[in-house]
Amino acid sequence: MAAPPAPATVETAPTASSGARRVLAGLALPISLAIVTALLLLWLAAQPLDSIERRQLDLGVLARRLVEHLELTLLSTAIVVALAVALGIALTRPRLRPLAPLGVAVANIGQAVPSIGLLVLIAIVAGIGPDKAILALVAYSFLPILRNTLVGLGGVDRSLIEAGRGMGMSVWQTLRRVELPLAVPVILAGVRTALAINVGTATLATFVDGGGLGDTITAGIRLGRETVLVAGAALTAVLALALDWAAGWIESALRPRGLDP
Amino acid sequence: MAETPISPAAPPPAAAIRLEAVTKRYRGQAEPAVDALTLEVRPRELLVMVGPSGCGKTTTLRLINRLLDADEGWITVDGEDTASLDPDALRTRIGYVIQQVGLFPHMTVAENVATVPRVLGWDRARIARRAEELLELLGLDPADFGDRFPRELSGGQAQRVGVARAMAADPPILLMDEPFGSLDPITRARLQDELLRIQGSLAKTILLVTHDIDEAIKLGDRIAIVDRGARALQVAAPERVLSDPADDYVREFVGSGAALRRLGLLRVRELEPGHWPALPRAAERHVVRDELIASGRPAALLLDEAGRPWRWVTARELERGGEPGTEPGVPASAELTPAATLHEALDAIVRGGVGAAAAVGDGGALHAIVDLEAIMAAADPSRPSQRTAGGEEAGLVRS
Repeated sequence: MAAPPAPATVETAPTASSGARRVLAGLALPISLAIVTALLLLWLAAQPLDSIERRQLDLGVLARRLVEHLELTLLSTAIVVALAVALGIALTRPRLRPLAPLGVAVANIGQAVPSIGLLVLIAIVAGIGPDKAILALVAYSFLPILRNTLVGLGGVDRSLIEAGRGMGMSVWQTLRRVELPLAVPVILAGVRTALAINVGTATLATFVDGGGLGDTITAGIRLGRETVLVAGAALTAVLALALDWAAGWIESALRPRGLDP
Repeated sequence: MAETPISPAAPPPAAAIRLEAVTKRYRGQAEPAVDALTLEVRPRELLVMVGPSGCGKTTTLRLINRLLDADEGWITVDGEDTASLDPDALRTRIGYVIQQVGLFPHMTVAENVATVPRVLGWDRARIARRAEELLELLGLDPADFGDRFPRELSGGQAQRVGVARAMAADPPILLMDEPFGSLDPITRARLQDELLRIQGSLAKTILLVTHDIDEAIKLGDRIAIVDRGARALQVAAPERVLSDPADDYVREFVGSGAALRRLGLLRVRELEPGHWPALPRAAERHVVRDELIASGRPAALLLDEAGRPWRWVTARELERGGEPGTEPGVPASAELTPAATLHEALDAIVRGGVGAAAAVGDGGALHAIVDLEAIMAAADPSRPSQRTAGGEEAGLVRS
């Protein structure tokens, strides 16, 4: 006679020390970014600066461009999330599912056109300014979120939807309580990709008078001032890494419990 | 003796679920998945629909709770035409256990169980109380299991949670799609027993679907044997299906072990007891011997002062006398009760070695003596009874 099957229970609570280690590992990046930024500022302070450089590297100017850059990135990403997730949800409903490949194809055009070309095209059609830059960023980063929303929702086990519907959950309740939570990890991976794309591409906003750290970089190039160029490029890199770290943190925070292997 | 109704004697007034000539075709398939099915599930009965894989059983369940809409025919639940009801509202009244269990992996066990009450807008306290109650009902400690996630459960535990979730809002009707299909045999048997226990106290209307004829026989008040297109070939009490299959298909589906399976359905108390000599142990040895010879049986049962089975003795042992201080014969086992199945009785007879077994009632007193002849007669009611003359009987038992 075989013994009754042992319950396959898994201990989930991580031990205190491993939890602390994980927090430390998570903080390693922001700490090193802070150190790099401090070193950059120290290095700039030690440089003999002429009047042009001083104007470009004024802390107030740098901070303003940094904030502009952050605004371009976050705003465009927020808009993309709203639009692409909504479209992704629509395209995974049974009635619209046949249109999903079309949606992906259209979104693919946005990403296939070189970013600078897209920006210029939009500027020609719609004019210049930060809002036009955001428009370009939205078009450019639409695909990863749409695709991940489609994949995430499409990957939800059909039997779970069947179970939800079979017990009397409405279409909307099934979407909100079952499908979306289960698709969140995949969707957020798409958001993280879009964020990375946008924070880099936002440097091009300067060409349509969109502001951001691109202003500092192009000024450095145009005026032949390497310290300005280095400062703009380094700050962009720091911002990109910081945003990616934050996105990763949000990703793990929003990941539904119970899914981790 | 031929018919022992298991379902309630009086015919219930109305069907809980009624399918009338229901047909469902899937696009791109020549044959309908469900072909003009007419079936009635009575209130508070457990009807098992059994048939081969892909014969439309699952489709039938999905038609009842309107996950699918029928192409032809109509379905009523509690007398209401389901086509006229809001599907979501209808489904909250019907518990549904799907084949794949389908627990939501991102919700705890308690949250999973709370699914339907949440849809119905119960308040938190009531939902929590209900979840606890149900987990207890299904043998899961709420304190231990309530906060677990599905991946932390064994297959059997997950299945229990699936059943608890389906019963959360106390629906009068349950649809169960192969609820124990993916479990190992031991766990499956245990869950089947649990289902019978729960059904014994709650008396829901249950339509359970399986491809396992043994499961159907064990669980069903009635079973519906279906073929492709969910065509119902026979709908009857399990023992009826076993003893009197409607056609060759049913006979084949039930399989060659039908007579043995019937033994698991019949109870010792339903048997006509065998006439074996049973005497108090204090009886004179020659009295026992005379009675034993007169009965034509190979052994007599001696009872102790309280009337409990004590030892079996043969005529030879009685003649030989035996040494002082030793008791004659072999000890009589007294494990059988009137509620035991004939399967268990047969086991006791074979193990006992005297060709009969004693069944005891309350307090251990002798209830009846069960022999092979009685079991054979019960297992095949179409066989003419041979309990006519003592001599003939004895010959049969002895051979």
